[in-house]
Amino acid sequence: MDDLYRDYILEHYRRPHNFGVLEHANASHEGANPLCGDRITLQLRLSDGKIAGVGFTGRGCAISQASASLLTDEIKGKPVVDAAAMTSQDVLDLLGIEISPARLKCALLSLDTLQQALAEAAQPAAASAAGPLPAAEGQTA
Amino acid sequence: MTITARPDDPATAGDPRIRDGHLVPEVIRADFPILATTTSTGKPLVYLDSAATSQKPLAVIEAMDEYYREYNANVHRGIYEIGERATAGYERARASVARFLNAPDAHEIVFTRNATEAINLVAYSWGRRNIERGDAIVLTEMEHHANLVPWQLLAQERDGDLEFIPITDDGVLRLDVFEVLLRLKPKLVAFAHVSNTLGTINPAAEMTRMAHEAGALVLVDGAQAVPHVPVDIAAIDADFYVFSGHKMLAPTGSGALWARRELLEAMPPFLAGGEMIREVHLRRSEWNDIPWKFEAGTPDIAAAIGLGAAADYLGELGMGRVREHERELLDYALPAIAAAHPDLALYGPMDTAIRGGVIPFNLPGVHPHDVAQVLDRSGVAVRAGHHCTMPLHERLDLPATVRASFNVYTTRADIDALIAGIAEVKRVFGV
Repeated sequence: MDDLYRDYILEHYRRPHNFGVLEHANASHEGANPLCGDRITLQLRLSDGKIAGVGFTGRGCAISQASASLLTDEIKGKPVVDAAAMTSQDVLDLLGIEISPARLKCALLSLDTLQQALAEAAQPAAASAAGPLPAAEGQTA
Repeated sequence: MTITARPDDPATAGDPRIRDGHLVPEVIRADFPILATTTSTGKPLVYLDSAATSQKPLAVIEAMDEYYREYNANVHRGIYEIGERATAGYERARASVARFLNAPDAHEIVFTRNATEAINLVAYSWGRRNIERGDAIVLTEMEHHANLVPWQLLAQERDGDLEFIPITDDGVLRLDVFEVLLRLKPKLVAFAHVSNTLGTINPAAEMTRMAHEAGALVLVDGAQAVPHVPVDIAAIDADFYVFSGHKMLAPTGSGALWARRELLEAMPPFLAGGEMIREVHLRRSEWNDIPWKFEAGTPDIAAAIGLGAAADYLGELGMGRVREHERELLDYALPAIAAAHPDLALYGPMDTAIRGGVIPFNLPGVHPHDVAQVLDRSGVAVRAGHHCTMPLHERLDLPATVRASFNVYTTRADIDALIAGIAEVKRVFGV
């Protein structure tokens, strides 16, 4: 019956990949959807222009947690520029399920958190005043 | 606290919606066209989100339809037949609301868009004249954001202090602490008559008496009370009472502030423009009488007429009977849910004598949004989230909850559908 709660989504929710505190992280961001109570802290270890390590902690709905699990799998080992260029559609493709407008924020919390973490890492001195990353231009939602 | 049918509940001979003094929700449902619809998956709609907004009976829909089809005109202006009819309809709605809430004087009812606007009206108009540096405003930990954020803004602007009556773990106000807070000599005490999240029915009259003895004015947020329990404004004896129409079977965009005449007369206008003036000169104006002083601009006339129709409809059912219906449903639902799903965490007072028809819960291991989403597949509509009470969720250490809530049309079959739906959630999530 369930288009949304497919087995692999529930599997990623129950046993998320890359879940836990990352040692020697040099970039991180805590993202939240206050409306639903979804919360993700994403940690990255950036080295030689690549995402050498990634981990996340937090709690939230199946969609937000599965999305974080799938996205962290996807970016691990990738060049930072490629990770920063990921779009909402890329994440929806990773999830591979039909996301209703009401759940879009859940599905995209991990991407939003990733983009914030990378933006802050790129401009550590002006993190709070940082404008939108160029990567954000590809966003559709 | 026992609530029984009021002596003025009307006679019911021949009304099939009432049998042996009890509401018959299965019959009442026929008054609500939406309840006969099915979801896109072909499931009958099981609407358990009435605390967010209620469904509307034909009596309300038709009253508004009739206005638009037959006598749509502006109010307090037209010297022609339909203009006079519109004015009469609008003012008759005000009288219906006053009668429904036992307000001493219909001119003390100011129409607003909703409870939020009514609270903002008081915070801006009364608050900015009366709250000064160091003045305390006492609220509670269970307030809806609508009865919190306007006071935060006021306190910031006027350098006032906010104090909060704490709750017990099962969601009952600590009146012993309230007593202590009153020693701060607050200017205002503002609290929800019924909690939108936990369903707790607060002792509004007793709290008002305590606050008055300490010299404070009292605002009661009745958004979740007016649709569900008998509200007697004269008996509660507060200074301000606010509510939204859309939760009491009336359209969105309708609501009201009741306030004592002398307060309304002393308060400066909130919004300025047409309708609220008596005389306008280029550099000064004189205000209209109450309540029109607070109704600037063309109001939502149809919504007000719908609100009056909803008050009349609920008056026919009798609010004592409405309260009994919801309590009986709670007495059925709480043990039935606990028996079918002992792993479910249920929140709020378990004593249904002090609880309205609201059931907040969590299913361990499944996020409230996922619970609501799977319930939706069964046609069961519930709310998931923080229900505009983030501080209350923080106090209970919950990121979010699922909330099922009742109204006059809610049946035991709806509860059974919820229980079956939760079983389906467990199946999908393997918990």
